[in-house]
Amino acid sequence: MAMLEVNDIHTYYGNIHALKGISLTVEEGEIVTLIGANGAGKTTTLRTISGLLTPREGSISYLGKDIVGTPAHKLVYEKMAMVPEGRGVFAKLSVMENLEMGSYSRDDKDGIARDLERVFALFPRLKEREKQVAGTLSGGEQQMLATGRAMMASPRLLMLDEPSMGLAPVLVDAVFDAIVEINKEGTTILLVEQNALMALSIANRGYVLQTGQIVLHDDAAELKNNEMVQKAYLGMD
Amino acid sequence: MKKTFTTKEIINKGLLAGAVVLSLSVIGFIALLAERELIKGWFSLGHIFLVASPFAFAYVTTRDMEYEGNAKPLQTGFIIGAVASIPLIVLSFLAVAIDIRQFLSNVSPALIELLTFGQTPVLGSILLLLLFGIIGVFAASFNIIPENIRHPLVNALVWTLGIATFSEILLSRVRSLLGRGLVKVIFSGKSLNPIFAIVFFAAVFGFTIWWDKRGDSFKEKLENLAPAKRKQLSQGQSILLMLVILFLPLILGSYLTEVANNVGIYILMGLGLNIVVGFAGLLDLGYVAFFAIGAYVMGVLTSEGALGLDAGFSFWTALPISVIVATLFGIVLGIPVLGMRGDYLAIVTLGFGEIIRVVAVSDLFKDTLGGAQGILQIPKPEFFGIELVQPGELYYVVLAGVLLAVFIATRLRDSRLGRQWMALREDEDVAEAMGMNLVSTKLMAFATGAAFSGLSGAIFASKLTSIFPHSFNLLISINVLSLIIVGGVGSIPGVFVGALVLVGLPELLREFAEYRLLIYGVLLIVMMLVKPEGLLPDQRKKRELKSEAELDWAEK
Ligand SMILES: Nc1ncnc2c1ncn2[C@@H]1O[C@H](COP(=O)(O)OP(=O)(O)OP(=O)(O)O)[C@@H](O)[C@H]1O
Ligand SMILES: [Mg+2]
Repeated sequence: MAMLEVNDIHTYYGNIHALKGISLTVEEGEIVTLIGANGAGKTTTLRTISGLLTPREGSISYLGKDIVGTPAHKLVYEKMAMVPEGRGVFAKLSVMENLEMGSYSRDDKDGIARDLERVFALFPRLKEREKQVAGTLSGGEQQMLATGRAMMASPRLLMLDEPSMGLAPVLVDAVFDAIVEINKEGTTILLVEQNALMALSIANRGYVLQTGQIVLHDDAAELKNNEMVQKAYLGMD
Repeated sequence: MKKTFTTKEIINKGLLAGAVVLSLSVIGFIALLAERELIKGWFSLGHIFLVASPFAFAYVTTRDMEYEGNAKPLQTGFIIGAVASIPLIVLSFLAVAIDIRQFLSNVSPALIELLTFGQTPVLGSILLLLLFGIIGVFAASFNIIPENIRHPLVNALVWTLGIATFSEILLSRVRSLLGRGLVKVIFSGKSLNPIFAIVFFAAVFGFTIWWDKRGDSFKEKLENLAPAKRKQLSQGQSILLMLVILFLPLILGSYLTEVANNVGIYILMGLGLNIVVGFAGLLDLGYVAFFAIGAYVMGVLTSEGALGLDAGFSFWTALPISVIVATLFGIVLGIPVLGMRGDYLAIVTLGFGEIIRVVAVSDLFKDTLGGAQGILQIPKPEFFGIELVQPGELYYVVLAGVLLAVFIATRLRDSRLGRQWMALREDEDVAEAMGMNLVSTKLMAFATGAAFSGLSGAIFASKLTSIFPHSFNLLISINVLSLIIVGGVGSIPGVFVGALVLVGLPELLREFAEYRLLIYGVLLIVMMLVKPEGLLPDQRKKRELKSEAELDWAEK
């Protein structure tokens, strides 16, 4: 059974029908990416899975359990974590305090210490800036911090919403390398990206989302060669 | 950053300083304070507040000023001081020429006499101008003299003026603790004896010089102490502190203990509101509601009067019920405001505070809550059959409450819930995206805050033995909020300092009580300008404020 199974979900914002029947699966250990244009419903999909929004129809099962209606704060204890769009770090807290905040749902001191080491190994920049106030970090560093903070919850499923947004190419590489590394260490990844090329180059599989519907689903390599994807998302003619 | 000032700017500063003293004078504040003589035959608290404004303006201006040589700042100080006297001089001439009390009822002959030193207007004005000029020079000189003289000087001034201000209370303490003989030496009438004042001033001055010199080597010695020894020392300090706290009523005497109890009641409330406002960042302006609920529950359950339930409740059995009821109300009142933020939250909670009071006054519950007549004959707490009547006995009830509250607040701050409060305060959206349960986090803050306030109210009711709805007005919410801000938002020790300054001082200086709101206003404005993080800030908060400034700066 897949780790995450999303089955024909419909999510509304009031009257706005944002998700019109999305189905997707994520297997344990995979990197799955969700690509699509602005407003396609990528963020809405992640927010629905993580329990911040409730779908009006459809089912979501995570680790074999139906989680529709389970609030976000309960899912954190089920080892599901999300890095929200636009980084969302606590601007006035230090790097260290932000990371500590990420482990608020845990009690195991040893595990927390180990994960902190892991985060610092992955993002040495954060170690250097341990005491710096998060709001004064560069955009890329804030993205690293947000990712690091989500890792502090030691998630089994980590969902990232556009981690490359607004980053210089060098930093995009660094962040994506880190995602691959996190995945290698055993965390399953669901990655939302507009930078389709980068996303498809690290993912196993991909879904293409258009105005609230999945229009394509394939192995990442296949999608990269798909004509429509190349035209619409990879900027090739 | 140092600046250069033009003559015009300096004169403007002087006029500004003058406007401040003029305002203090025409509202009657100075004349009222003049009744408290500090050093017999020399000067009163009125004089201190008369010269405070030119002193402050001259000090700040010369501190920020760029200069070479020492003549310039002294001269500037003189000008600021002298100019500041002009509005007062005009006032005293006007008072002679026309019947000024028609417009400004507080410009009393006593005030004019104070301003002119009992001389003719002309001579008095010259004296006032000279005095203010000298004060300006004196203030400026603080920026010139070397640190090793300034520090002892400031210390000696503050301590001497401090004990002089409270000489009336000190006098009674000295009399009962140390005997009448000493009273004659130290005091003269209700004020400080001039000779003692000089000796005391010199002693503090000398001691500080000695301490500053020796202090460094002393500190070094402390740091070089073996860890075990150092631990012993800090344990010793804690034990000493505990002993002092335990025997405080003996040292303070009953009047000061009563003041301490009132301060304690506010500390309890402050610790609770500090959780809501300081930890969780929810601005609650109706906090008095829970204080009232705690008090009324205690009243209804234990009163021996007509309104009492007569169900055999004692203070100790009613106490937890008061806390529980207040907590429940905290949750009930918390639910409707869950979705609100900032300004909206403040306004709605403000409404709650008033509703509770209005309900208490209303005829609707007159049969249970007593309407405007309130609830009477609430018994004092009993402890193993002894009724705790004296302030020195009630002190321990308040103390127990405060210690419990400090313990709980500290534990909560460092707990998982404390983390969630911090996240909520910092950024509600991020906290939500991280999967925090905002509903329970907010409700827990309201509930804990209400519990502390309810405890405080219950003790208050039993201590006073009667409660009236008008005691639970908006002013209490404002008091508590102000004391948190003054002490340092989010800081637990700050609550103590804030309560001492905003509740303790006005009780000791009855003159201040009349101008309480004015003083709060001024104090809050000054705090925001000079020390926005509060007197005893939480370390993290302090850094946050600093980083906020940095962030603002980076944005520009
Ligand atoms: N809170 C909201 N209220 C109303 N409509 C919303 C809300 N949030 C999103 N929408 C709408 O839902 C649709 C999907 O939005 P969503 O944020 O999921 O897009 P996205 O794929 O993440 O886009 P982007 O790449 O720009 O982040 C959009 O049409 C958007 O306008
Ligand atoms: Mg989005």
